Amino acid sequence: MKTHPIFAIAQDEPARRRFLKLMAASAALAGAGCSGPPAETIVPYATMPEQGVPGLPMFYATAFVRNGLAHGVLVESNMGRPTKVEGNPDHPVSAGATDVFAQASILQLWDPDRSQAVFNGEEMATWSAFDAALQARRPRFERDGGAGLAILTGTVTSPTLAAQVATLRERLPNLRWHAWNPLHDDGVAQAAQLAFGRPLDPLYRLDEAKVVLALDADLFGTMPGSLAHARAFTAPRRLGASVDANRLYVLEPTPTLTGAYADARLARAPHEIEVALMRIAARLGVGTDPGRAADTMLDRWEAAVAKALDGARGHALVVAGPTVSPAGRALAYALTAHLNGPLAFIEPVERSPLDHGASIAALADDLRAGRVDTLLILDANPAYDAPADLDFARLLQRVPLSAHLGLYRDETARAAGWHLPMAHCYEAWSDARAHDGTATVVQPLIAPLYGGRSAHEILALLAGADTRNGHALVRATWKGDDAAWRDSLRRGIVADSAAQALATPAARPPASPPVPAAPPLVALFAPDPAVDGGAFANNAWLQELPRPLTSLTWDNAALVGPATAKRLGLVDGAVARLRVDGRTVDAPVLVVAGQAEGVVTLPLGYGRRAAGGVGEGVGFDAYRLRTRTPLPSLTLERTGRTHDLAVRQKEVDMHGRDPVHVRELARERPQQASLYPEQAYTDYKWGMAIDLNACIGCAACTLACQAENNIPVVGKEEVARGRSMHWIRVDRYVAGPRTLFQPVPCMHCEHAPCEEVCPVGATVHDSEGLNVQVYNRCIGTRFCSNNCPYKVRRFNFLQYANQNVESLKALQNPEVTVRRRGVMEKCSYCLQRITRARIEAEKGDRRIRDGEMVTACQAVCPTRAIHFGDLNDPSSDVVAAKASPLDYHLLEELNTRPRTSYTTRVLNPDPELE
Amino acid sequence: MSTPDTRPNADVLRPGWGYASVTDKIAGIVLDDHFGWRWWTAFLVASAGVCALLAAVSWLLVKGVGIWGVDIPVAWGFAIGNFVWWIGIGHAGTFISAVLLLLRQKWRTSINRFAEAMTLFAASIAGLFPVLHLGRPWFFYWLVPYPNVMNVWPQWRSPLVWDFFAIATYLTVSLLFWYVGLIPDLATLRDRAGLHGERKRQIAYGLLALGWRGEARHWARFEWAYLLLAGLATPLVVSVHTIVSLDFAVGNTPGYHSTIFPPYFVAGALFSGFAMVLTLAIPLRHAFGLHDFITQKHLANAAKVLLATCWLVGYGYLAEIFTSFYSGDIYERYMTVNRFTGPYGPVYWAMLACNVLVPQLFWFRRVRHNVPLLFVLSLVINCGMWMERFLIVVTSLHRDFLPSAWGMFYPTRWDWITLFGSIALFVWLFLLFVRFLPLISIAEMRELIRESVKGEG
Amino acid sequence: MSGPALYGLLAEFPSADALCAAARHARANGYRRVEAYAPFAIEGLDDIVGADKGWIAPLTLLGGILGGAGTYFLQWYAAVIDYPINIGGRPLHSWPAFIPATFEVTILGAAVAAVLAMLVLNGLPQLYHPLFEVEEFELASRNRFFLCLPARDPVFAPGPARDLLEELQPLLLREVPA
Repeated sequence: MKTHPIFAIAQDEPARRRFLKLMAASAALAGAGCSGPPAETIVPYATMPEQGVPGLPMFYATAFVRNGLAHGVLVESNMGRPTKVEGNPDHPVSAGATDVFAQASILQLWDPDRSQAVFNGEEMATWSAFDAALQARRPRFERDGGAGLAILTGTVTSPTLAAQVATLRERLPNLRWHAWNPLHDDGVAQAAQLAFGRPLDPLYRLDEAKVVLALDADLFGTMPGSLAHARAFTAPRRLGASVDANRLYVLEPTPTLTGAYADARLARAPHEIEVALMRIAARLGVGTDPGRAADTMLDRWEAAVAKALDGARGHALVVAGPTVSPAGRALAYALTAHLNGPLAFIEPVERSPLDHGASIAALADDLRAGRVDTLLILDANPAYDAPADLDFARLLQRVPLSAHLGLYRDETARAAGWHLPMAHCYEAWSDARAHDGTATVVQPLIAPLYGGRSAHEILALLAGADTRNGHALVRATWKGDDAAWRDSLRRGIVADSAAQALATPAARPPASPPVPAAPPLVALFAPDPAVDGGAFANNAWLQELPRPLTSLTWDNAALVGPATAKRLGLVDGAVARLRVDGRTVDAPVLVVAGQAEGVVTLPLGYGRRAAGGVGEGVGFDAYRLRTRTPLPSLTLERTGRTHDLAVRQKEVDMHGRDPVHVRELARERPQQASLYPEQAYTDYKWGMAIDLNACIGCAACTLACQAENNIPVVGKEEVARGRSMHWIRVDRYVAGPRTLFQPVPCMHCEHAPCEEVCPVGATVHDSEGLNVQVYNRCIGTRFCSNNCPYKVRRFNFLQYANQNVESLKALQNPEVTVRRRGVMEKCSYCLQRITRARIEAEKGDRRIRDGEMVTACQAVCPTRAIHFGDLNDPSSDVVAAKASPLDYHLLEELNTRPRTSYTTRVLNPDPELE
Repeated sequence: MSTPDTRPNADVLRPGWGYASVTDKIAGIVLDDHFGWRWWTAFLVASAGVCALLAAVSWLLVKGVGIWGVDIPVAWGFAIGNFVWWIGIGHAGTFISAVLLLLRQKWRTSINRFAEAMTLFAASIAGLFPVLHLGRPWFFYWLVPYPNVMNVWPQWRSPLVWDFFAIATYLTVSLLFWYVGLIPDLATLRDRAGLHGERKRQIAYGLLALGWRGEARHWARFEWAYLLLAGLATPLVVSVHTIVSLDFAVGNTPGYHSTIFPPYFVAGALFSGFAMVLTLAIPLRHAFGLHDFITQKHLANAAKVLLATCWLVGYGYLAEIFTSFYSGDIYERYMTVNRFTGPYGPVYWAMLACNVLVPQLFWFRRVRHNVPLLFVLSLVINCGMWMERFLIVVTSLHRDFLPSAWGMFYPTRWDWITLFGSIALFVWLFLLFVRFLPLISIAEMRELIRESVKGEG
Repeated sequence: MSGPALYGLLAEFPSADALCAAARHARANGYRRVEAYAPFAIEGLDDIVGADKGWIAPLTLLGGILGGAGTYFLQWYAAVIDYPINIGGRPLHSWPAFIPATFEVTILGAAVAAVLAMLVLNGLPQLYHPLFEVEEFELASRNRFFLCLPARDPVFAPGPARDLLEELQPLLLREVPA
């Protein structure tokens, strides 16, 4: 993807630094609860003289940190207000794209429910009060070396934080550092321990892989580096070019994005998957075959996969995910090594304790035994998400001095003695590493909105260090001169910080791993595609985002397979009582095709008790059933009650209409005659091509569009009524065993049916062929929506745009109208970006270059499935995409002449499994 | 002829009535107050309904059209269904007055007046819905072509603009037609009121009567103009519902996009219109003892018209089904099957029962002459036609081209209040009409008498 | 001729036929402007009194033509000349789409013209008229028929006129003051 000039590398001359200070001032004046960039010099990613023009956005390279891992992003700042997140093209993981969480992070930053004050119990307090309380204990720490002092963090990759703890430990050797992140995959380290005798992180090189077997490993979804994985694997298949370049086999218990993209997928319970792994390995001469009850389908599978892997030696990859036992995963390492597959290992990027399960349990023991009298919880929420059997919230209350630092005054904040508001990662200095070790210096775009502080500052406080300024602390971590420092700020990555692959000893296959038990019904705890572990529960954008594989919004549900549901007499929305060794939770059920029978998936992160106005009381809390036992057996019984689930897409069958063309033979598109005169579009002629071979259905486009175009959130009831406002939706169809995704924005038809029927001319064509919606002319007859065969038009049935909350106003994209009640709206091909690009081009007295104009959905797409550009430019990327014989129009027979077209999905199935 | 009486018109006007008695009888209904508790009760009930409607509309303006059940894909719901239903009802009046006049149908005389009033009220109420259903109703006038600061015009290709012209014309012409017909009777009322010495009424009616004196030359021009109006109103009636049907037929949605719509809508309009005529005529003749003017013959004829139009409507249904399968179009076919068996299937079958099955009873003379039964059947048909409108609007939209965009329509309480409120408003207006204007054309009754007298020799 | 200004002589008859006979008789005696009043339109009476309704139809036609032509022109001017814009790739001059409005306004123009023509030619509204002074004339809108010989008729002379009417044995005979 060519990048927009304002993404281009900057020269950092002092003149502009002065300007930044001015910007800070002006932004402070701009008000809306934001106080502009902080005083230290923060360096914008790009620069041109034009950048000085107030009103033009600036982009800063930084990182969005989720579950400890850095996600390289560029944050767009309008007059000092961060308004939009783009991927950082230079970052090895994001490479210009982002996932849904990074997109939604901007709403998290401006979330009015964020913690805004220090609390001591229920009392409002001050930072100085907390400082005093802490300092009072320091003499004793000095005496007993910090015995009784414990820190609890989430996953930490920040070198600065690690260094701070290290220095603390020198002075306070008895200080204990615990880590708990409910989504942390402890098995990685354990597996490496078994295979190599020491913890290591695997790096899967999907670009070199020809045959990939994923065993409940969500390579494209929840695994670290998912964006890089998806990009690498789909690369050769773009536009259906060389689809046979690679093949993906997936065995998984519950539908995932990876499974949906697979060429061959089979749903099986975790223990069956583990056994299958052993048998496949055994066929290839690694380990022994434990044997198994007859399963002809699985037999065929094992044979076919083993054959394929064998045939792809040197390019075969076996990836085992979280539900496979450490022994099983070690076996997968050994098998890949045996096949000489593209798998490398690096030193763990995580600096906190690697076994979070053990760590939190140890802390719980200490608390129970009263061995802890001072506990600092930094950006973790154990009172909500710690293993249920620890009863952490109660233990926490026993601690004489406990403090919680977090974005929200959440469950832990309320259980702890003190709560301290944390600065958002766009508000404070820090650093973090990506899954491959690449480090990014996290620079703030705006001074803390609510007087929050970063974990670094708290630790500095604890150390009583004289430098408590985040900037200084981080700067100290990264040696090297100012030029290097500024360069890493500007590019958003620290040069050569990626971890080096280690020369590892050949992985030892563990002495035949134990054959796992096979309970009749097993509970599978999974991160939710929208709220992750619960950290994003208060994010309305994510709550309303249809979950890619269920279209569910504003809820979580226990996912069960059709047969299991039938057996238990359960239907969608039926509330069932889930019981795991004595603990019970009531949860609505959602029947999902492609869910392994005998497995119930329980999405985590809901049923929050103190999340904020949006997230509280949404869904059920699966953590209440979750102990340290992996894959516990569970029972399900009907309660007779029902619960309304707001499912965006109610019909997933294609009814023989083939909106998604699959492996259709290449053909010339028939020229369709028309009675209407051909319109000449002599200047620009914008068009879009969506590559169904690249699309993995992650829905990042939907969220990017929402952020870019000020699309309001409507709430559960409205979604259930069918009034969600997303301009680009990702349709999902289930065709036999396959799940097919199709992003659907406005088609910008040249013979637009919507325009013909509008009585007031509120939707018309412009000279560049865009189907534009004139909000202030629209009177809301809704005839256009009736007449739109693609149903991409969205209507403000009520006053959806929230115009009461100041901070949400500051979030709005100043270049896009905020729509009021009673008007129709729809995808505009990011008209405002076209205009911005045109202005830039006209300054240079030239035409807009191909790739210079990038729509929000196109920019965010991790697999570059969306092509956009000028159809009058024969050399443009989009013209090339549309030239493909696989290119087709949606509902072509209606002859609406869409500007948006699709590339037929071509599959690479295993002939032996078809 | 239904009665043995051989004198001309005896079946549409019972014998024994003279110019004076007819005049006094009909004018009397208005002039001498014998509107007892029944009228007042009806009026109060209707008023309550009107208040409910006002409340619903106010809330609509405060909150937005989202208080109704409409959504995407079903962006049109009750409002448009009600609109088509009412405008359909509003067709019988003009049809009776105009077409039957041209066809010199004697039996039109005693029912055209209130049928025209019905038309006027129904059409006005129908006109409300397209405005109310807008996202921003206060801008409805942007459909009117007028020079404005925005320098923009209506988008002439939109059927909604055609609709605006059609409804506006229809309302105006119906009003003229009705008023012109009223002038001689207003003169009569002026003079009767004078005799009763009721000055206020005399002045009021006098102003409305424009000083009508019944001079022969005036009568001549009057008759001629009236005939011309009838000639103009006839194509108008047909064109208006044709254009209403184009609101759908021009669209590309399966279930909308159908060439049978114009004739099929017009037939449906007459069907529902005549049903409403019966619904009104039967209580009227009972309440005001008009059995001699509105005779069995009138009711029976209306029943025959219903029978005829029910077949036209039925043909429309058949043609729709046939073409959707004959077209071989996958979307059309699915739409049809979905109407039979989809979530709204029961409504479809109920509609068929009401509009095609039940009217077959009119084949029997005994049914056509059983007044209470006629009344019940007319109500059944009104419901049936409302269901038809609902089905056309909703079932076509809720499952169109892309399965991923399919949805449902569930009416809210505000939808229902608005529907029944509009019916209350109709009744309310009609009660005021019978209270203040002659519900049968006195002048034309006199002509009828003259002809019968001639016939006597 | 002297005395108070006279509008004319008014005679009341019991039946339509009597009125027709009377009117015919008066015409035969050269009364050009004889006025016949009836509670309803009596077939043939208009020819007897020599009514002229020739203008209404042409005026109606004219109204229709003006309405139709005006509307089509407006649409063409707005869509092609004044504010041409690409609507779904349709031609600017989408004449088939301009027909419905044109048709409707044609009807509207014609109808309005017809009614106005009728009223104007009838000299209505005319809220006062000398005849309204005659008490019995109120029956003209009920069941009685009146013949009036207006004084402005060139052949009118009080004496002969009264004689002529009395020959017809009216129920009542009145002088109507102007």
